[in-house]
Amino acid sequence: MSDKQHTPGNDEGGAKTAGAFDIRMIIAMLIGVYGLVLVVTGLFFTSEADLAKADDFNINLWAGLGMLAAGAGFLAWSRLRPIVVKTPDEPANEQQKAHDT
Amino acid sequence: MVLAATTDMSLDAHLVDYAIVGLYFAFVLGIGIAARRAVSSSLDFFLSGRSLPAWVTGLAFISANLGAIEVMGMSANGAQYGMATMHYFWVGAIPAMVFLGIVMMPFYYGSRARSVPEFMLMRFGTGAHLVNAISLVVAQVLIAGLNLYLLASILEALLGWALWVSIVAAAAVVLTYTALGGLSAAIYNEVLQFFVIVAALLPLTLVGLHKVGGWGGLVDAVSADAGAEQMSSWPGSEFTGLDPFWSVVGLVFGLGFVQSFGYWTTNFVEVQRAMAADSLSAGRRAPIIGAYPKMLVPFIVVIPGMIAAVLVPELAAFKAGNTAEAGGVDYNDTLVLLIRDLLPNGMLGVALAGLLAAFMAGMAANISAFNTVFSYDIWQTYIVKGRPDKYYLEVGRVVTVIATVIAIGTAFIASNYTNLMDYLQTLFSFFNAPLFAVFIVGLFWKKTSPTAAWMGLVLGTSAAVLLFIFNETGVYTLPGQGGAFVQAGAAFVVGALVCFLVTPFTTSRDPAELQGLVWSETATQLGDEPGTPVWQSAVKLGTGVMVLTIILNFVFA
Repeated sequence: MSDKQHTPGNDEGGAKTAGAFDIRMIIAMLIGVYGLVLVVTGLFFTSEADLAKADDFNINLWAGLGMLAAGAGFLAWSRLRPIVVKTPDEPANEQQKAHDT
Repeated sequence: MVLAATTDMSLDAHLVDYAIVGLYFAFVLGIGIAARRAVSSSLDFFLSGRSLPAWVTGLAFISANLGAIEVMGMSANGAQYGMATMHYFWVGAIPAMVFLGIVMMPFYYGSRARSVPEFMLMRFGTGAHLVNAISLVVAQVLIAGLNLYLLASILEALLGWALWVSIVAAAAVVLTYTALGGLSAAIYNEVLQFFVIVAALLPLTLVGLHKVGGWGGLVDAVSADAGAEQMSSWPGSEFTGLDPFWSVVGLVFGLGFVQSFGYWTTNFVEVQRAMAADSLSAGRRAPIIGAYPKMLVPFIVVIPGMIAAVLVPELAAFKAGNTAEAGGVDYNDTLVLLIRDLLPNGMLGVALAGLLAAFMAGMAANISAFNTVFSYDIWQTYIVKGRPDKYYLEVGRVVTVIATVIAIGTAFIASNYTNLMDYLQTLFSFFNAPLFAVFIVGLFWKKTSPTAAWMGLVLGTSAAVLLFIFNETGVYTLPGQGGAFVQAGAAFVVGALVCFLVTPFTTSRDPAELQGLVWSETATQLGDEPGTPVWQSAVKLGTGVMVLTIILNFVFA
C-alpha cells in the first residue's frame, strides 16, 4: 500500500500540508530551543564545579549541539517531505487539517 | 517507590532548569489545544481518525510503554541485576512486537474494531466482550493511579510540593491535554515525550560512561563489585533464581512467550496506537517500527542503572549490603541519584523534563485507553445505545474527567504499596494472560465457542487470583516477580484448557460469520504485495529487527 502522507507533490484537489501541526515541526522547535539554551548555558554559565560534576566534560555544550543538530534534522525532514492531508467529503478525514498560522 | 528521607535527593534546580521544564509543559498543553481544533468526530477523538503515519504510531507505540515502570524500574533492575535486565527488551518485547505486527494486526485492523474488547465482541459475542471490557477498565484505572503516584512522588521529591498537591497538579495537566485533544493529543505528546526522554537519558549515559572509564571501565568496575556474571545477559540465573538450564528455558518460554506475547498483543494501551494508523500496512508496521528503538532503549535505561551502581556512593553501599552507608536509598532511586551526581544545571532541566514526560506518558496512555473502552464498549454497547456520534464524543470527554478523578483516588491507594513493580506484574497476570489464551485459541481454532471464551476468561483470571492468594497467605512462597510469572502461566493454561474442554459441549458460531476474525476463514496474506519497498514491508522490517536482536543477544551474552 502506498504511504500517501509521505509522497511529496501530491497536493492536487483539496489537499493541504499539515504545516505547524506536523509533529516533526513541534519536535524540531522544542528540541531546537533546548539545544540553544544548553549551548548558551554550556558556553557562558557553566562553572568549574559543574564541569567537575560531569567529569570535566562540558555536557551542556555537547548535548546542546547534538539537540540543535537533531532539531535541524527534523525541520529539514518536515520541509522536504511535508505531510499532505487530503480534505475530501467525509469530515472524519479532516483530522490533521492545517490551521493557518 | 518511597524516596529516601535521609539522603539528600534534592536536585538543586536553577532558573534555567525550571524554564526548560516549563517550556515542555507549554508544548504539551499547546498540543492539546491545537489537536482540539482538529477533532470533529468521535473517531477522531478515540482513534485519531485513523490518520497517523506509521512512524508516528510506531514511536507512540513504545512511548506509551516508556513510562515510569520502564524508566525507573528498568534502571533499578539494571543496578541490581546488571545485563540480565536486557532480557525484558531483547527476549521480552521484540519478538512479541514483531508477532503483533505480522500476525495479529491484520485481524485487529482488518476487522475495523475500535478496541481489543470490540474485537472480542465480533469474535465471541457479548459474554466475553463484557468480561473483557470490565476487566480492562478496572486494570487501566488502577495502573493510571500507579503512574500518577509515581509522577507526583517525583514532583514531591524534587520541588518539595506536598504529595496531594503534586498528585492533583499532575492529574490536571494530563487531564487537560487528553480531554482537549483525545488520542491525537496523547499520541503526539507521546512522540514528543520519546524525544525528550532520549534527550535526557542519552547525555546522562554518555557522561556516566565517560566518568566510569568507558565500556571497559564499566565492565571492570561491575565485575569487581558484583562479579563478572552481571556483565553477561545469559543465562541470568541470579535474575530468575533458577539453575542455568531452567533459567534459559524459563526466560524463553516464560518471559518471552506467555508474559510478553500476552502483554504486547492484547494490551489495549499499545494496540490502540497501532489501530490509529492510516492504513493496514501502517498499522502492521507500527509495532515493528517501534521495535527498532525499543531494541536500543535498554542502552539508555539499563546501562545508566549499572553505572549508578558503581558511581553513586550510597547506591554502591546499598548493593554491597552496607545499609549504614546507604543512607536509606534503594534501587528505585537509581536514576534520580545518577542525575543528581552527574548533570549540571541546564542538562538537569532536560533530565527533569524527561522524567516528568515518562510519568505522564504512562498515565495519559491509561486514561485514553480507559475512555475508549468505557465509551464504546460499555456505554454505547450496553447502557445508552444508538445516539448520534456527537453524543459519544461528549461521553468520551466526561469519562476522561471521571477517569482522572478515580485515578487520583487509586494514586493514594498506590502510595501505600512499597513494591509497585510486583503489584503491576500481578495485575498483568490477572488480566492479560487469560485474555491472550482465549484470543489465540479463538484465532486459530474456529470452533471455539462464545460460552467457552467467557468461561476461559473468568476461570483463567480466577486461577491467577487463587494462586496470588496462595502466595500471599503462605501456601507456597515465591519472590514477587516469580509469583506473578507462575500466576500468568497458570492463567494462560487454564484459559486455553477451558476453551478446549467447554467448546465441544456448547454451540459454535457459523464459520461464515467469522470472516476476518479467524485464521482459517480469512484470506490473510502474511507476506506483502509484490514490489513493496523494504521500508514499507512489515515482514522484511520484522525480520530485520529480529536478526539485529539475536545479534545483540550474542554480543552481550
